[in-house]
Amino acid sequence: MTEQLPVLRAESLTRRYGERLGCRNVSLELWPGEVLGIVGESGSGKSTLLNMLSGRLTPSEGRVLYRDAHGADIDLHALSEGERRRLLRTELGYVHQNPRDGLRMQVSAGANIGERLMAAGGRNYGKLRATALEWLDKVEIAAPRIDDVPARYSGGMQQRLQIARNLVTGPRLVFMDEPTGGLDVSVQARLLDLLRRLVRDMDLAVVLVTHDLAVARLLSHRLMVMYHGEVVEQGLADQVLDDPHHPYTQLLVSSILQG
Amino acid sequence: MMNTTSNTFSASSRETAANEALPVIEVCNLCKEFILHQQGGTHIEALRNVSFHVNAGECVALYGPSGSGKSTMLKALYGNYLPSSGSILVRCRDGETDMASASPRQVSRLRRECISYVSQFLRVIPRVSTLDLVAEPLLAAGFGEEKAMGRARDLLRRLNLPERLWDLAPATFSGGEQQRVNIARGFCRPTPILLLDEPTASLDAMNRKVVVELIHEACERGCAVVGIFHDDDTRRAVAHRSVVMSRPGEHA
Ligand SMILES: Nc1ncnc2c1ncn2[C@@H]1O[C@H](COP(=O)(O)OP(=O)(O)OP(=O)(O)O)[C@@H](O)[C@H]1O
Ligand SMILES: [Mg+2]
Repeated sequence: MTEQLPVLRAESLTRRYGERLGCRNVSLELWPGEVLGIVGESGSGKSTLLNMLSGRLTPSEGRVLYRDAHGADIDLHALSEGERRRLLRTELGYVHQNPRDGLRMQVSAGANIGERLMAAGGRNYGKLRATALEWLDKVEIAAPRIDDVPARYSGGMQQRLQIARNLVTGPRLVFMDEPTGGLDVSVQARLLDLLRRLVRDMDLAVVLVTHDLAVARLLSHRLMVMYHGEVVEQGLADQVLDDPHHPYTQLLVSSILQG
Repeated sequence: MMNTTSNTFSASSRETAANEALPVIEVCNLCKEFILHQQGGTHIEALRNVSFHVNAGECVALYGPSGSGKSTMLKALYGNYLPSSGSILVRCRDGETDMASASPRQVSRLRRECISYVSQFLRVIPRVSTLDLVAEPLLAAGFGEEKAMGRARDLLRRLNLPERLWDLAPATFSGGEQQRVNIARGFCRPTPILLLDEPTASLDAMNRKVVVELIHEACERGCAVVGIFHDDDTRRAVAHRSVVMSRPGEHA
């Protein structure tokens, strides 16, 4: 058996906003190929945690270690801004809830994908375009739309394009903040199906923030439940959802079933 | 790993033989209590001191009235419910794990490599076709696409699921059709442990017979099977032994 090491480790992360606690004392480990769902109501600290994990927000205490492609441990918060950006464009990915935050709306779909490839060292125009076409096909966007700007795409297409842009460089770890958030149900189902397949085929490690327990169950292997900035319960996704122990998790689960 | 009861002494052939004679599953003094915080903190005692074992090649039936904790027991064996106390030793491949205290990662690995589970009802995944749903556990365990699909087709055919349904998502299927998809999904990998929660409940006689055959075949290849069977005929046809369950506080 090949015993792997975690690709991401967080140690006692705490973030204060003035007097207020955004997130308190969270530690976790994430292995290659594993999807960790973070659930909780809005304001529970999910995004604060995600932003610290992805290096975008500096913790008040604690640290985040990313194990890079060469096996070196990198403290994401000790990197220079330039190094962090380079990493975020190659080995890491970040899928925003609102595709506008993750895409360049005024340049073509092809260029949106090509840009990340170039950041990873791609130079040959023909090759860039071929890879962009390949990825549009993977996310079910018709080839002729490659020269369109994303502003002319539907919400679901924009989200699929954002996913293609993130995955084209073969990242090892992807952060997702409510990736199916603003989409209607049928569009959501299609996106979920796509994500499930890509995660499996690419052996991606994913940290997924969502308030939707159905999405969490479908995509995650493990779940963490956040409440008032703390992790109150964690475990295998189906175990946490079918046999919740903490009062807050029980409330969350029962609200869904009645909804 | 942290919670594995160690079984790592290097195996001479004698030790391996001795190890094979140990039960595949050993449940010891298992208790499970639910605390319903949304309902005034009500305590529900579902399992009290349940103990039994299952050997390789054996099919053990959980038997008892409604509410006696049969499904709860099965879910604990799968790591879906977390026991309150007691242990569930599972011996599979290279070691011994206590499901009652294993880390999520260990449970995931056991599910991927050792345990198949046929739940009472199919959990449909939007947009995923019947064939993909059945083949998924094989793909997750690292089997090739062709082999996985071949095995999925064989099972669906044996369970008499019309071929025109294979490419559809089972959301619109009848209860019996969904259950057959579920059974095919549960039986597609030859794991050393198989858990069955009323697999024949909504099947006709012909398909019940197929399931009985599948269980026999599993036992013949050395699989340890634990099942809940709603009809006595099926139970008698497959079970070597029964574990009689009763509601905590009541006697069987
Ligand atoms: N997730 C849960 N949360 C709270 N209580 C539960 C849960 N699952 C089961 N129980 C309770 O545990 C007890 C045993 O239920 P279980 O489903 O295991 O019985 P069973 O023997 O399978 O019954 P049946 O033959 O009707 O299927 C019941 O009182 C049930 O209400
Ligand atoms: Mg039951």
